[in-house]
Amino acid sequence: MGQSLFNVVDTPIVVEEVSDKVKSRNAGAITIFIGTVRELTKEKRTLYLEYQAYVPMAVKMLSQIGEEIEQKWPNAKTAITHRIGKLEISDIAVVIAVSSPHRKAAYEANEYAIERIKQIVPIWKKEFWEDGTMWIGDQLENTPYPDGKPNKEKC
Amino acid sequence: MIKVLLFAHLREKVGVEELTLIENEGIKVKDLKSWLTKNYDLQSLNQVMTAVNEEFVTDEDIVNAGDIVAFIPPVSGG
Repeated sequence: MGQSLFNVVDTPIVVEEVSDKVKSRNAGAITIFIGTVRELTKEKRTLYLEYQAYVPMAVKMLSQIGEEIEQKWPNAKTAITHRIGKLEISDIAVVIAVSSPHRKAAYEANEYAIERIKQIVPIWKKEFWEDGTMWIGDQLENTPYPDGKPNKEKC
Repeated sequence: MIKVLLFAHLREKVGVEELTLIENEGIKVKDLKSWLTKNYDLQSLNQVMTAVNEEFVTDEDIVNAGDIVAFIPPVSGG
C-alpha cells in the first residue's frame, strides 16, 4: 500500500496521505473531496453503514476513472481511496484528490470522479437504521441498464 | 466450470459469497441470469450488471469455462 494511486482499504483513511500522492511541481491546485457518512437521509436516521466491494475490480475501475480524467483534462493527476467495512456517522468513506496546473480542471475532474464512482465502481453500501437495514443502490436513480452494462462514458 | 461471485443483497439472499457451476458453460449471460433466478429464487437480475473476469459485459455475451462471473447490483459507493 501507500504508493498506489487507487486503493480500497478497510482501515480509516488519512486525507493527507491521499493528497500527497498527487503533489507535483507542475500543479497549481489540488482539490480534495471527502465523502463522509451522513446521519439523516430523507428523515431516516442512520446508525452506521457497512460498505462491501468486489475489491480487485473496484481498484481496476478506480484506475479507469483516473485514465478517463487524464484523457479529458491532460496533466490532471488523480488519487482515490475508498474505505469498506463498518463505518460510523462522520467517518470518511472516500477521498478523491486531483492536482492540475490550473484550478478549474482540478475542480471539474474531482466532481467527474465521484460521479463515475457512483456509476461503475463495484462498491455497495448497507444502511443500518433502528428499524431495519437495506442495501442501497441506484443513487443516481438511473433506469435499468438496457443491455446489462453501464454506458462507457456517461456524464 | 464457472465461478459466480455474489454481492450485496444477492449474497444475503443466496447465503454464500460464491457459487461454482458445472453445467452452465457456453451460455449467454442472460440465460445464466434466468437460470440463477429460477434456481435460487431471486426476484430479478434485470437491474444487475455483469462482469466477466473483472470487465463489464452485456447480456448477450457468452460465459465460458474458467470464467469468473460477478453480478453487480446498482452500485452505491462514494
